[in-house]
Amino acid sequence: MSIKNAAAIVGVGDVELEEGKVKDGLSVLQIQAIAAKRALDDAGLTKSDVDGLFVAGLWGVPGVGTFPSVVMGEYLGIEPNYTDSTQIGGSSFEAHIGHAAAAIQAGLCEVALILYGSTQKSERSRSLAGRPPTFTAQYETPFGLPSPAGAYAMAANRHMHQYGTTNEDLAEIAVATRKWAQLNPYATKRDTISIEDVLQSPMITDPLHILDCCLVTDGAGAVVLVSPERAKDCRKKPVWILGQGEAHSHWSIQAMPDLTMTSAAQSGKRAFEMAGVGHDDIDFVEIYDSFTITVLLTLESLGFCKRGEGGDFVKNQRTAPGGDFPMNTNGGGLSYAHPGMYGIFLIIEAVRQLRGECGERQVKEAKIGLVNGTGGTLSSTSVVILGRD
Amino acid sequence: MDKIMKPLPIIDNDSKFFWEGCEKEKLFIQQCQSCSLHIFYPRILCPHCGEENVTWVEASGEGTIYSYTIARRAGGPAFKEDLPYCVALIDLKEGVRMMTNIIDTDMEAIHCNQQVKVVFQKVGEMTLPMFTPV
Ligand SMILES: [Zn+2]
Repeated sequence: MSIKNAAAIVGVGDVELEEGKVKDGLSVLQIQAIAAKRALDDAGLTKSDVDGLFVAGLWGVPGVGTFPSVVMGEYLGIEPNYTDSTQIGGSSFEAHIGHAAAAIQAGLCEVALILYGSTQKSERSRSLAGRPPTFTAQYETPFGLPSPAGAYAMAANRHMHQYGTTNEDLAEIAVATRKWAQLNPYATKRDTISIEDVLQSPMITDPLHILDCCLVTDGAGAVVLVSPERAKDCRKKPVWILGQGEAHSHWSIQAMPDLTMTSAAQSGKRAFEMAGVGHDDIDFVEIYDSFTITVLLTLESLGFCKRGEGGDFVKNQRTAPGGDFPMNTNGGGLSYAHPGMYGIFLIIEAVRQLRGECGERQVKEAKIGLVNGTGGTLSSTSVVILGRD
Repeated sequence: MDKIMKPLPIIDNDSKFFWEGCEKEKLFIQQCQSCSLHIFYPRILCPHCGEENVTWVEASGEGTIYSYTIARRAGGPAFKEDLPYCVALIDLKEGVRMMTNIIDTDMEAIHCNQQVKVVFQKVGEMTLPMFTPV
């Protein structure tokens, strides 16, 4: 069964950052509430319209990861008919889009609110330390892999070994993404960088330099998804869900079947088939960029180029402003913001592009966009294809 | 100040036999008696065919480096004094993959597909399987 055109995004909201931090010491609950209010205002709806609530996070009451939709429901005064706290890392929100569209199609809810927030930068809670050495992590954590960068570094080394991909190829992505950030007044990092700057930046874990790695910031985002019927009365023009897919292939990096290919090969295929569009129909992409290598592997896995040809594909700043493959148009996790689980911000940017709200960074004639989320250590993926009337 | 202790495996019912084997300097992995495929990490059901019929076998301890990284920043404070160090994924001859450290070698010469063998290394109260080039 397909969820094509079963629901439309009619509202998005986020919060401003200063040097990667939320203003005035706002809490993780406050910033989600602000983002939610802005997304509902954007749609011309109020919290009393919301009957489906989708929240995933790295915070929780009583502890990390617990009860996020329940806590936010209480905080916002929402008692939903439909609730979902699917937590598959950075790709959670692309999965929420699919789940919400299916619930709307089934008549289980009409107005879904998807929410995320993190104050990891303000709390200085992020480190390279591994997971507690329990259960399946007991076979990994004792070996000191910088987490999660080391897992992505191993994927990069394998890709380099198999296909001759270079650090310069990866740096192309970091530089192109920074150029988009320079067109986005809300981006955290906006100073100019060159390929040489990336190669000269400190090595974190071979072959990934610090400029191959995403930022560590705070952030909050919200997305409102409604039925076609409700979309008629909303303030903003609808952005339609044309296709969606989700998949995961492993959790621990040692269990990843092939370090050069992510499960976006499956989730992407399902999304393309559902949407009934081809690669040439896509006007821009928002690809999860936890690391430069994440992007390269995902472009290949989604079939935008052949396996092993990702390096050639991104050469000569092809994905930068003015290039023929607009990618990560807000400046990405590499230069805009990366509050732990970045996936919701990819959706927000795609919606703004499709509405033509992006000012200097607007992709001309943007009609169809592809969003890919990736979570864990290349573990989970979800792909959404969005389009406007 | 006290030395920061490295995170050591928290043994459970899946892993007890594996870590006890390491203590005796033997590398045990599982093999499914239904589909005959090898299994790592250890578990109660075969992830290949789903059957319960899994037994322990001693592995050759020989394999190749599938991929690796040299950590220049530590994966936690306890690993700082080891910098730079190599974390790798080894494909054992038996067809399973495991994470480890590559030790007793020139870090800069480590490469994919390099042949390695297991060496057991005492860390705190436990013995971990690490690998070194042959
Ligand atoms: Zn089996």
